[in-house]
Amino acid sequence: MEINDTTGKEIVIDIKELYKSFGDNHVLRGVNLEVDRGENVVVLGRSGTGKSVLIKIICGLLTQDEGSVIVLGEDVKNLRARELEALRLKVGFSFQMSALYDSMTVKENIAFPLMRNFKHLTKAEVKKRVDEVLDAVSLIKSRDQYPAELSGGQKKRIGIARTLVLRPEIMLYDEPTAGLDPISSIEINSLINSIKKEFGVSSIIITHDLVCAKVTGDRLVMMFDGVVQKQGTFEQVFDSNDERIKSFYEYNFT
Amino acid sequence: MEIATTKKEKYYLSKGIDGFFISASKTFRFVFNYFIELFRPPYEFGEIVKQCYKVGCDSLPLISLTGFIIGIVFTKQSRPSLSDFGATSWLPSLIGIAVFRALAPLVTALICAGKVGSSIGAELGAMKVTEQIEAMDVSASKPYKYLVFTRVTACVFMMPLLMLYTSFVALLGSYINVQTNEHTSLATFIANAFDKINFLDLKASVIKAVVFGFTIGMVACYKGFTTTRGTEGVGKAANAAVVTAMYLIFIEELMIVQIVGWFR
Ligand SMILES: Nc1ncnc2c1ncn2[C@@H]1O[C@H](COP(=O)(O)OP(=O)(O)OP(=O)(O)O)[C@@H](O)[C@H]1O
Ligand SMILES: [Mg+2]
Repeated sequence: MEINDTTGKEIVIDIKELYKSFGDNHVLRGVNLEVDRGENVVVLGRSGTGKSVLIKIICGLLTQDEGSVIVLGEDVKNLRARELEALRLKVGFSFQMSALYDSMTVKENIAFPLMRNFKHLTKAEVKKRVDEVLDAVSLIKSRDQYPAELSGGQKKRIGIARTLVLRPEIMLYDEPTAGLDPISSIEINSLINSIKKEFGVSSIIITHDLVCAKVTGDRLVMMFDGVVQKQGTFEQVFDSNDERIKSFYEYNFT
Repeated sequence: MEIATTKKEKYYLSKGIDGFFISASKTFRFVFNYFIELFRPPYEFGEIVKQCYKVGCDSLPLISLTGFIIGIVFTKQSRPSLSDFGATSWLPSLIGIAVFRALAPLVTALICAGKVGSSIGAELGAMKVTEQIEAMDVSASKPYKYLVFTRVTACVFMMPLLMLYTSFVALLGSYINVQTNEHTSLATFIANAFDKINFLDLKASVIKAVVFGFTIGMVACYKGFTTTRGTEGVGKAANAAVVTAMYLIFIEELMIVQIVGWFR
């Protein structure tokens, strides 16, 4: 178990000198990032700086060119298929576009990963756990609807519920509030916070939404040009003369 | 299963040649994975049955119509050349051979490549571009087993049945035509039609159907899983699933006919 020297907490995600290119498109150019247990880290940055790529590498959907990613003590790149699956059960991933299975109802969506990974569960137990997470995202009444019948915000919440049902230790949220109205955004923000509180989950939250960043983030990380430019609390990060950081703030608040 | 990961740009030979071998090895692993899954229970039986049902429903109307018409047309067109020799009584056995040995497996496979292949390619392609396949992957839900294995297995299982059904419908069409013209009784027709068919023919046709089914399912799933570039890619995947499968089916047909010829 790795311990963070400054905070004294356990490090659950440790990224060192991460590089990733797609052809001539050099997306990540030496990213360093640590996430402590029980901490919400918000990653900000312009569209296309590779935020989604970063969290896809964390859960092994993409492989880095160079650098190391240690998640819960495991080096993601060098895991065998079985070990990677075991790790993925502990890391929830909420997709930018929700990625609900549109041929299944909401409850089937949520039961899907559960039934495939915990074969010993009875029908009643599955139902109980599905209802539990649906309750956590307050969408019990949508149990039998299909994704196409849900609003964007509801889809996001179901997507989060589907990852929560596996009781992950880490959550990776890709733009949880993008494209949502303020009220749905507030709901999602408080959902993220309550997940942290109730389940003790550590999270990386990718967002352009500074309200979301302020409300949910214990620490903010500003990414530009494929590297981490600045990090700290909300006030620390935005107390800056960097034009790009200022324009982020101004667009959201002035 | 990950397919679309890009490696660092360092080439052993050249970009093109390396690229070819990388994609060839990816394709090979994708296909080979099926045989690994074959020995890794539990299988998604519910989903396999559902897919079998879909394969059947998708193709049945078109197969029925095509088989029936082929039976009639083939009989009609063969009659003049046989009647030149006064040999129209050979019609049933000629049709029997043509249908069982060649027409039924090929026609069934081509129609299924069109109907089933495009629908699998489009469905999986859409799942891919909306990140549903990745979502299964990150929740350790084994997308290959759930999506690919079930669909390919359904195609492998259904194709021989559909092929036999096509033969039956084609013979029915042929019988109706023969009955109206030569007034052959059903019993005689059946006896003649099956006269020249032996067990080797049946075996060869079933093997063909199995190989074609595997090809259709596997090509469609592969094209679906490797879809890129959004909605446009979905259309391309569906299209490529059909075209590639058809090419392969013709090549396989040629090879199997050649091999079976050695056993005759
Ligand atoms: N699978 C891939 N193949 C090729 N290029 C990719 C792939 N995934 C991402 N990229 C490229 O990597 C860059 C970063 O993409 P990414 O999705 O991480 O951006 P982002 O920071 O999440 O942006 P946004 O805020 O719009 O979601 C983009 O230029 C994109 O073209
Ligand atoms: Mg993104």
